[in-house]
Amino acid sequence: MKHQEAPLDPSLGSPPDSTLDASPDPSRRAFLGIAAGATAAVVAPGFVLQAQAVGNPRAERVSDVHRWGLLVDTNRCVDGCRACVEACDQENGLDLQSKQPGQSEAEWDTQKAVWLRKVKLQDNLTGRVSNLPMMCQHCESPPCVDVCPTGASFKRADGIVMVDRHTCIGCRYCMMACPYKARSFIHEVVEDQLTRVPRGKGCVESCNLCVSRRDQGLDSTACADACTALGHRAILFGDLKDPASAISQALKTMPSRQIREDLDLNTGVRYAGV
Amino acid sequence: MAIAVIRVSLVAVGLVWVLAAQTVLAGDAQRYVKPGSQAAHSAACVEETNFMRRNHMELIKHQRDATVHHGIRSTKHSLAGCINCHVSVSPEGHALAINGRDQFCGACHAFSAVDVNCFGCHANVPRGGLLSPAAVAAHGDAAAGARPSPGQFMSDTPGPATGRAGGQ
Repeated sequence: MKHQEAPLDPSLGSPPDSTLDASPDPSRRAFLGIAAGATAAVVAPGFVLQAQAVGNPRAERVSDVHRWGLLVDTNRCVDGCRACVEACDQENGLDLQSKQPGQSEAEWDTQKAVWLRKVKLQDNLTGRVSNLPMMCQHCESPPCVDVCPTGASFKRADGIVMVDRHTCIGCRYCMMACPYKARSFIHEVVEDQLTRVPRGKGCVESCNLCVSRRDQGLDSTACADACTALGHRAILFGDLKDPASAISQALKTMPSRQIREDLDLNTGVRYAGV
Repeated sequence: MAIAVIRVSLVAVGLVWVLAAQTVLAGDAQRYVKPGSQAAHSAACVEETNFMRRNHMELIKHQRDATVHHGIRSTKHSLAGCINCHVSVSPEGHALAINGRDQFCGACHAFSAVDVNCFGCHANVPRGGLLSPAAVAAHGDAAAGARPSPGQFMSDTPGPATGRAGGQ
């Protein structure tokens, strides 16, 4: 609308043949009024159309100013609790998958897409059992990205490791390369995807740290929210690069590890108490 | 005074032409825009109608890379936006799959004999929202524009907020 404002000043918008009379021409004002009204009438519906988005959709490119990560306190992770898994399934439409007719339960269990799973560890010497949620560890040097032949597996500037399904050819090299068994392959045609989580046959996918929440300006993941809502507070999401963030403060004060730290991947997901 | 009258008349004639052109374009577009969809009530698409007919695939393809790789979700050329606006609703109130052969995407693509692959992965009706109900419930303020303040974590009593500097 800015272009409407400039000619309102008679000293700027006067055509060369106009008189030097300082008072603005009323018909000119009428014309501008009508023109502004007509423009608004034509353009306004377009803006109303765009005003339905929720949250604060990101307008600038993600940058490496942030690196998103998770800290899991396995001491607080409760045996038998699946709240994070269920929250992840609902957030990302994984609960909408259904078993193919004639497929055995065992086959379905191994083939359905899973982004987040509960793992139980037992120290065989001491018998100590730890529970932890295992998902894509969002490595700084991700093996899945190294092996991808098409560049579909990539790391976003803010540290989120993702699959661009538009270029994924379904070769599953990344699933072989991942030390964390974090990736899933979609074996069958999917009919009822969610708008925020596209999903299709022949592509690989994995935890993307609730990337739609990231891009709408929210500060948490579905798993962390669910864990906090139950009072367990075992999962903390945050910015690893911000020294003032809760996750950085927690990492500074409590002992934590990367799973398979021998691989030197610098994971974005850290575990305490294992 | 006479000049003013002529000017006003010219403006009036111009406006009539604008309205006439809009009506003709709208009537033209009605061949594929489904009655009852939001688009049927709009004066124009996100770009001019003829431009959209020829170039919508380029816009969507450009947007897809911007969104997947750079996280940009604020622009108006999103596929979710297309579907939201152009989807039509059955008399029973169900959204109809937009790639159906009698629907907005499906009908035109059937006519032009061009396969549309978007819906192998993307939802063909608005489903689930851009944010999950859980996210909206847990972050109502954030969804409305304010930043949530993360409480002190992994302690039994929620302590003072240790707010994150900078924001996203």
